[in-house]
Amino acid sequence: MSMTTLPAMLLMVFGMPPIQAPPPQSRPIVVASKPFGESYLLAEMFAQLLEARGFVADRRLGLGATEIAFSALRSNQIDVYPEYTGTGLLAILGERPSPDPRQVYRQVAREFRARYGVRWLPPLGFQNTYAIAVRRETARRLQLRTLSDLARVSATMRAGLTPDFIGRPDGLPGLGKAYGIHFRSVRALLAAVKYQALAAGEVDVIDGYSTDGFIVRYDLVVLKDDRGFFPPYEAAALISPAFARDVPAGVAALTELSGLLTEEDLRRLNRRIEVDNEPIPDVAADALRSLGLTHARTERVRTAKDASAGGVAQYLWRQRDTIMSLTLRHLLLVGVSLAGALALALPLGLALERKRRVAESVIRGVGLLQTLPSIALLAFMIPLLGIGVVPALVALFLYSLYPILRNTYTGGRGAAPDAVGAAWALGMTPRQVLRHVRLPLAAPVIMAGIRTAAVINVGTATLAAFIGAGGLGDPIAAGLALSDTRMILSGALPAAMLALLVDGALGICERIVAPRG
Amino acid sequence: MPETPLATRPNAAKGGVVIEGKLLPTIALRAESVTKRYGPRLALDGVSIDVGAGECVALIGESGAGKTTLLRCFNRLVDPDEGRILVAGVDARELDPFALRRRTGYVPQDGGLLPHWRVQRNVELVPWLRQLENRSDLALRAMRLVGLEPELFASRWPRELSGGQRQRVAVARALAVNPGVVLLDEPFGALDAISRADLQSTFLGIRRELGVTSLLVTHDLDEAFLLADRVVVMRNGRVEQAATPGQLRDAPASDYVRQLLLRARVTAA
Repeated sequence: MSMTTLPAMLLMVFGMPPIQAPPPQSRPIVVASKPFGESYLLAEMFAQLLEARGFVADRRLGLGATEIAFSALRSNQIDVYPEYTGTGLLAILGERPSPDPRQVYRQVAREFRARYGVRWLPPLGFQNTYAIAVRRETARRLQLRTLSDLARVSATMRAGLTPDFIGRPDGLPGLGKAYGIHFRSVRALLAAVKYQALAAGEVDVIDGYSTDGFIVRYDLVVLKDDRGFFPPYEAAALISPAFARDVPAGVAALTELSGLLTEEDLRRLNRRIEVDNEPIPDVAADALRSLGLTHARTERVRTAKDASAGGVAQYLWRQRDTIMSLTLRHLLLVGVSLAGALALALPLGLALERKRRVAESVIRGVGLLQTLPSIALLAFMIPLLGIGVVPALVALFLYSLYPILRNTYTGGRGAAPDAVGAAWALGMTPRQVLRHVRLPLAAPVIMAGIRTAAVINVGTATLAAFIGAGGLGDPIAAGLALSDTRMILSGALPAAMLALLVDGALGICERIVAPRG
Repeated sequence: MPETPLATRPNAAKGGVVIEGKLLPTIALRAESVTKRYGPRLALDGVSIDVGAGECVALIGESGAGKTTLLRCFNRLVDPDEGRILVAGVDARELDPFALRRRTGYVPQDGGLLPHWRVQRNVELVPWLRQLENRSDLALRAMRLVGLEPELFASRWPRELSGGQRQRVAVARALAVNPGVVLLDEPFGALDAISRADLQSTFLGIRRELGVTSLLVTHDLDEAFLLADRVVVMRNGRVEQAATPGQLRDAPASDYVRQLLLRARVTAA
């Protein structure tokens, strides 16, 4: 199979993205976001604005992290996503923070164009910055209003901070220098859980964003940055080289949003999605309408998520069509990658049995792949394979190799050596020994490896959402970003069921192939 | 190369071998100056032996003496580095190893039954490999030969058998196609004394009935004396002495053989 037909085939297998009704003026524009509420919201606004102006938008929301989203944009895998100037300056350019937002914008606009051919559209209008937050009760008891107040008591405080913030020079290290803040303990917490951890009293202070809806939802107090340490960051649309070149009218449509959004707007909108759990498409449509950019209610591309109250069961029932198609996509990701891993690892494991000297090194080498964090592996692949289904399949394939290879080798080697020796001595050919002795005797161990790989694969495939491959990870990523438990469960429960089903089905296979004696 | 021992000197004129005055018509197995190295270790160092047709020869010696390596040369599980292996007068290197193995019985110490096959299918292994039509008849006959009632044992799994029964199945499997030669690698070594004695007498009965040429590896001199027509004492990859039990007892060729006899008598008591 040639490299050009593979993506085409996968497209056939996984189906085309839904196409909007109006006749397209251009190729579909791929709109992406990072996995947190405000990013989803801004991306959805971009997409709806483009659709209102007659373009076709292809949504790839919730891409893993800055590196994943940006490398996808740079290589024209996606066309546009919302980014913050400060993040561009620090995380991508690796420059030092600067206190003047206008100057930061000018610097990133110039540098991104020169280095990557990537354009920053004029900022959307609001600024976003780090916000150090505590519970209202803590603030009252310790009389905390500013970061200088926090410095006074920081030695008694337990902090829960995003890993990003702990390492960045404009994060914790800088905070220590500027204010003399040194916490009693620092725990790395992901954005999705740090608010709950703070609310539950597991930690006393967290980092957030100034426009977070969660600050309202959990009734937190943001401590004032009285020495002006955190530079304010402006949000803006980041435009890929191909988008700017191919669809200048689309880029022009997006600039209509520039300068229109205030911090007040964002806090209100974020609150609707993060506190009230309103569907993002609805909130985005309202926002565009109230800004005067659209008139009628635009048609939804995705099934509107009903915000009305109701139990998890009702929610799952309402979402059944979506869940079913996500499950099918998930199953295909798992099935194709697992089949590929089987096709390589089974013969390799059996072949290594005769090359015992190299076997351990080969298996350990494959095992090293297993130690790579999934997100890192996915991120490494973007420059080579882009985003979407293909890199996800490759990553899942690589993760499935080790359990199958290890168990095939161990099972084949350990299977009744005396029986293998006798079969050989009585005149079986190597093929007969393999087919009639080694394989049947190793079958339980090999099947155990395949089952392990399959169950790991079902779980890991949920991470494929972070590189835009879809599947049950989509609602999990979005639900985590929005702290919407029902949405998380609508991905996690089917994934768990799928894991059990796959394991059960393979268990039945095992009973069929395994020897009785 | 050591001299060919008197007792096994081939009688070239008649194409046979003289053993204690009896003339055996042909030589079934012969090793000529066979040398085998495993890395720096010399497993066989210029070994020559003959096994006459219908004869039972025991290879005896300590572990590492080269007994098993020599045995495995005769079904080409091992190919010598130097020297020749002749099977029924033909150089083994000219024989297809799989065909050779399918007409050579083999009994390993641990039985080596296929645990996922029932007893009868195990015994049918070689007939099946040779695609014989009457494999079921052959298997049942072989089972009766070793004293296993097919009605009781044919459909059992190997794990349902005692050690002695498993070893009987292994012998039946080796004999199912009535091979001209059977190679036995410490076949009764892992059994308790009573089972071993039972199997040894069964084996003697079979030998009387079939007259199959047998090469037997053992570290038990009593067993060698009981079962074998001739005994080949091996040490460090060489033949120390090859003789009938009687000759060995009367005229041990070296201190080593004398020591061996002394120890055997102690254990026999």
